[in-house]
Amino acid sequence: MKFTVSWLKEHLETDASVEEITTAMTRIGLEVEEVVNPAELYAPFKVAHVIEAKPHPDADKLRVCRVDTGDEVLEVVCGAPNARTGLKGIFAPVGTQPPNVDFVLKKAKIRGVESNGMLCSEREMGLSDAHDGIIDLPEDTPIGTPFAQVMGLGDPVIDFEVTPNRPDWNGVDGIARDLAASGLGTLKTPMPKPVTGSYDCPQAIELTFDAETATACPRFAGRYVKGVKNGPSPEWLQKRLKAVGLRPINALVDITNFLSLDRARPLHVYDADKLVGPIRARMGQAGETFLALDGNAYEVTPEQCVIADDAQVLGLGGVMGGEASGCTEETVNVFIECALFDPIRIAKTGRATGIVSDARYRFERGVDPEFVIPGLELATQMVLDFCGGEASHILDVDVTSHDAQTQDMPIGLVKKLTGMEIADDEMMRILDVLGFAPVRQGDVIHTTVPSWRPDIEGKADIVEEIAHIYGYDHLPLTPLPRMEVIAKPILTERQNQARWGRRAAAVRGLREAVTYSFTDQPFAELFGGGALALKLANPISSELGTMRPSILPNLLAALQRNVDRGFEDVALFEVGPQYKGAEPDEQELAISGIRRSAGSRHWQGKTRAPDAFTVKADALAVLGEMGVATASVQVTADAPDWYHPGRSGTIRLGPKFPMAHFGELHPRVLKAMDVKGPVMAFEVVLDNLPPSRKKASKARGSLAVSDFQSVERDFAFVMDAGVTSDVISRAVLGADKVLITEMAIFDVFEGASIGAGKKSVAFSITLQPTDKTLTDKEIEAVSAKVIAAVKKSTGGELRG
Amino acid sequence: MSGPTIEELEALKVQLTAEIDGAADGAALEGVRVAALGKKGSVSGLMKSLGGMDPEVRKEMGPRLNGLKNEIAALIEAKGAALENAELDARLAEERVDVTLPVTPEAQGSIHPVSQVIEEMTAIFADMGFSIAEGPDIEDDFHNFTALNFPPAHPARDMHDTFFLTQDGAAQASGVGAGNEPPKVLRTHTSPVQIRHMMTHKPPIRIIVPGRTFRCDSDQTHTPMFHQIEGLVIDTETHMGHLKGCLVEFIKAYFEVDDLNYRFRPHYFPFTEPSAEMDIGYSVEEGNISIGTGEKFMEILGCGMVHPNVLKNCGLDPDTYQGFAFGLGVDRMAMLKYGIPDLRPFFEADMRWLKHYGFRPLDLPTLVGGIAR
Repeated sequence: MKFTVSWLKEHLETDASVEEITTAMTRIGLEVEEVVNPAELYAPFKVAHVIEAKPHPDADKLRVCRVDTGDEVLEVVCGAPNARTGLKGIFAPVGTQPPNVDFVLKKAKIRGVESNGMLCSEREMGLSDAHDGIIDLPEDTPIGTPFAQVMGLGDPVIDFEVTPNRPDWNGVDGIARDLAASGLGTLKTPMPKPVTGSYDCPQAIELTFDAETATACPRFAGRYVKGVKNGPSPEWLQKRLKAVGLRPINALVDITNFLSLDRARPLHVYDADKLVGPIRARMGQAGETFLALDGNAYEVTPEQCVIADDAQVLGLGGVMGGEASGCTEETVNVFIECALFDPIRIAKTGRATGIVSDARYRFERGVDPEFVIPGLELATQMVLDFCGGEASHILDVDVTSHDAQTQDMPIGLVKKLTGMEIADDEMMRILDVLGFAPVRQGDVIHTTVPSWRPDIEGKADIVEEIAHIYGYDHLPLTPLPRMEVIAKPILTERQNQARWGRRAAAVRGLREAVTYSFTDQPFAELFGGGALALKLANPISSELGTMRPSILPNLLAALQRNVDRGFEDVALFEVGPQYKGAEPDEQELAISGIRRSAGSRHWQGKTRAPDAFTVKADALAVLGEMGVATASVQVTADAPDWYHPGRSGTIRLGPKFPMAHFGELHPRVLKAMDVKGPVMAFEVVLDNLPPSRKKASKARGSLAVSDFQSVERDFAFVMDAGVTSDVISRAVLGADKVLITEMAIFDVFEGASIGAGKKSVAFSITLQPTDKTLTDKEIEAVSAKVIAAVKKSTGGELRG
Repeated sequence: MSGPTIEELEALKVQLTAEIDGAADGAALEGVRVAALGKKGSVSGLMKSLGGMDPEVRKEMGPRLNGLKNEIAALIEAKGAALENAELDARLAEERVDVTLPVTPEAQGSIHPVSQVIEEMTAIFADMGFSIAEGPDIEDDFHNFTALNFPPAHPARDMHDTFFLTQDGAAQASGVGAGNEPPKVLRTHTSPVQIRHMMTHKPPIRIIVPGRTFRCDSDQTHTPMFHQIEGLVIDTETHMGHLKGCLVEFIKAYFEVDDLNYRFRPHYFPFTEPSAEMDIGYSVEEGNISIGTGEKFMEILGCGMVHPNVLKNCGLDPDTYQGFAFGLGVDRMAMLKYGIPDLRPFFEADMRWLKHYGFRPLDLPTLVGGIAR
């Protein structure tokens, strides 16, 4: 919301400077966004006289002007069609930068003729969009007059943020009221004087609603003014509108725009001669359309409140009027509408049509329901003042209740909620200036909620009224008292798991990334997602159109971006959500990573490129750090579709807990995503971890170590290539559960010498006696058990 | 038998000593040892001859011969050790590496600034008795808006550029979801977790809620996803003075500034009343921004006393319970503290950016070790 300081002073008696005003505004919650002082902004630009304009010798469309700036006479090349001898225009000298020009003016040769500055258009001065010629001022404008003065722009303009709870700040009077309460001056907004009508309003008004839609337009007041002469509005009004960025149109339109800004009161003026029959507020009907003042045609719906006459829909009530009944220079008789509309319905209509208007903005935030008649009186008086004519009596169709809201507040509540000690008198003063008509009774302040404050609905709101005017600078600095409980972990088990898993992945050499929760629909489908319920209805772009079913597609896209930049070695991970559905329990937390590297050359030999076992180690490291006993996990050769079918697996704790997948990603998936492979990946889903059993004690079991020497024995078997190593290790460890403490595979070999479809597996076992040193005989016995067990479970033969 | 003379023994000792001295390597020394102390060695032969000597002579020669044997053995051992040392020195003199050659590269991992900053904030708030609460990213209209005192179609909803999810086809067909139930949204703030927490926990409540938030806005300074951290304190007497005390302590600890310049300004949020924004001072000198001190102000967070309607919506009596809530942008706090100029690269996973702005894997923010090193 923009307003000028002189405008404010129409409502507020004050000697405060611009700085004092803006400081006070920010202090009490009217957050100032910008202050523009045109006198400073436009200081270098002054009125100049074109002594002579003659054609450019080398360019048909250019003119060479001799310009008298008051200080000197300069040659200026100008392309404007209206540059002519005798013109008074606005001159920007070399070294300055007009507000809407994106460079500093320099002395320049244009087609061989030197140009020393610029004669400016309205657009170049940031005044309007007009750019069909340079500014053409009346001939008697004195040379050297500052531009701001010529345009009447001397007044500083303040722009601030109106929070949605304060519709009254959409009018300059409302701003003045809060500033007055803050002690900056005295409120002096003039009360509108009734205009006496001389005849009954000839234009009938009807509210045609059923019980369900009655709130759409509960009040519609109107007044006829006959014999007006529409034309330009007075200069003071035009200047005010221009200063806040509105283009003056004609007196009737300017009046409604002015009152919208001055009193937050939207109005509409119809050309009464274009109305057919009674004017009617009613719900729209399917199939109806109207041409709005913004030049667009809109289809109305049965949910929208329209203003119509017998012939057609005239406009969307409280949103925008229509072309058909608009006022022009030729308008003679007018009908002024001052109505109330339902904020929610206005908001929905505004959203559905996309119409942005000052009326919609104000009605959807709430317009003072008791300012209907005063607003209409103000508008009538201005029409009579500017356009003449003769006003009718007011016609007012009103089904509103006019019940004033009251609100009590225990006087101690201010201290209880804010901690501030505020004198009772000060509370009463603040509420009084703000229009709450406070009455003190014992420990309670009774207030009457002003009609322009729809946001007040409870006692906390009264506290806020007092506190924000009194000022938060007075808030005490009170430390939060300590909680009287024994310190317990701040993080839940899962939060801690995520934290440790993150650090474990980083220690493994992966870099943590954070990518969007959305992904491209085709990518989601590659990773088992893409359900309708997870599609965004209004995505930023289609590539970010659906919620990701897995972290991997986003990491892969990031990987390829890095590869495209020349970074071939990428190792990324992310700790974040993935979405199986839209319900709260369908969001999973995962730690997923990808690795891609061709291996690099080094003087000690080529480094190993990552393979399925690199990411298996990643997954195990993450799981281990999160507290999973990785020695007792099972690894199965199955994984989701997006993995290479032969080079991927799942790490489980029993069938119920598939905690992690790992392996090489499927080449087809990479191809579909246009990612250069091979890429290794792992996904640890925290939701798939078994719940940890709470231990009663933090004490570890006693450490059992044996003083007797352990023995190692090696074995090599030839077996079918399809036998997995976990089968062998289970057989070996099961052969003697007491003595065999370790089993390690140290060689796996396939080749012609072994035979087709066969492999050789070599492993060592460690025997750890606990009560005496093992004899050769005992060792032989265990070896025999191992050999038998491996033979039995793998069908393999001991190699000779 | 009379045995060798003293002179003969002396001569043998001189001879053997010279031979030991002259041994060029271990093998030669071993030859000398065998020749002297081996089974058929010169000294061993003399020792054997002791048995045939007269007792008188034996009594004298015994210790002499024994002394000679020990002396020679010691000399051989000493020479052996010397030879071994010399050989080792000679070998080591050959064994040289160029220690300036690079080590085998090991990939360096890192922690994202967002994670790091959330851990920093958690450490500070944990010390003040807050614990962490979480909630889903996909929210319903009730938790994200209505319960937080955003009435349907209220203009305050327009302050949030909300992402909506497509309504489920089955719900549309049955008419259960379609017109009656508003579509699900991506949470526009972390505040819905306040609601979820208050509906399931009894006061006193002290929680912070870090998490992903979403708004359909994308330009130089906005990304459609960003991070917030929310705070909520509910008991029977916490007031705005505590809010101020808590946040000032937090900001001082986070930015590590003692003389913080700050102010609280009235503002509006539907879910707090009264509401405020906190600004902190900053200054720019020669292009370097310093946060916390200085005369210029920047907005840093929004806060306020939890609105009575919000308490009511969560089943808490606003005449008994009161407290405050606040919310701040994690990404922006990271940018300010660590001088990260742009928001958008946060989510682009550029290895160069992650390397430059990332944190070391074991750099754990703690109050004892320092929130930031």
